[in-house]
Amino acid sequence: MKPVEHQIIDNEFLAEIRRDMLKFASLQLRDESLAEDVVQEALMGALANAKEFAGRSAVKTWVFAILRNKIVDQIRLQSRTINVSALSPEEDSLDQSFESLFETNARWTPGARPTNWGDPEEALRQQRFWDVFDACLKHLPENTALVFMMREFLEFETTEICRELSITTSNCNVILHRARNALRKCLEGSWFATGERPC
Amino acid sequence: MLSCKDITHLLSESQDRKLAVSERLRLEMHLAMCTGCKNFKGQMAFLRKACRRYTQANGGQDKE
Repeated sequence: MKPVEHQIIDNEFLAEIRRDMLKFASLQLRDESLAEDVVQEALMGALANAKEFAGRSAVKTWVFAILRNKIVDQIRLQSRTINVSALSPEEDSLDQSFESLFETNARWTPGARPTNWGDPEEALRQQRFWDVFDACLKHLPENTALVFMMREFLEFETTEICRELSITTSNCNVILHRARNALRKCLEGSWFATGERPC
Repeated sequence: MLSCKDITHLLSESQDRKLAVSERLRLEMHLAMCTGCKNFKGQMAFLRKACRRYTQANGGQDKE
């Protein structure tokens, strides 16, 4: 046991990393106690090897890599019992509100035309933006969120998502489109309409 | 001629696969004259960027 380990992994750092992991896992799994279990397992597995790492950010990367694998395992387990292609009432209502953005000739209605969000960095720098982003993610219906997060946060290819969840490619495309549109609407309404967007 | 609604699907899919040349041509033609869809494209790119940043913050480089 070299003293440097103790400096790297003190209680404060552990608490911080645990909090971030819990947030990440519960967003994906939508189940607090399942998220707790997965985080606990990942932390125990990771910290056993923590002495091999040179610094906190290396530890964090390692711990999150393990957490991602645990989340994927969990999704695989769940995928046997969930039916991702079934349309929930929330998803149906997202689809209806998407349809309402268009005229009968499938062009944007004047009020629904997407706006220019300006320089992304401007928003991404602000903590308040990330709070809104989190809230918008939490707002997505469960299965829509699952597919979106597999794609964007766990960085699966769509073919892999189809295989894991036993859905067709076109179904996967529909779900990702639904998720992206819901997120952009949520951000447009909750951030870009009120935020400090330059003109 | 693709409608705005079709374009949103194509733009979403372009985040997941490489579009065919014919799709890209029709997409570009539409975007050249439609501000709404051009902004939609920007918003899709923004979402991707935000997600990458989010992943980075959770296990990528630590901002310290």
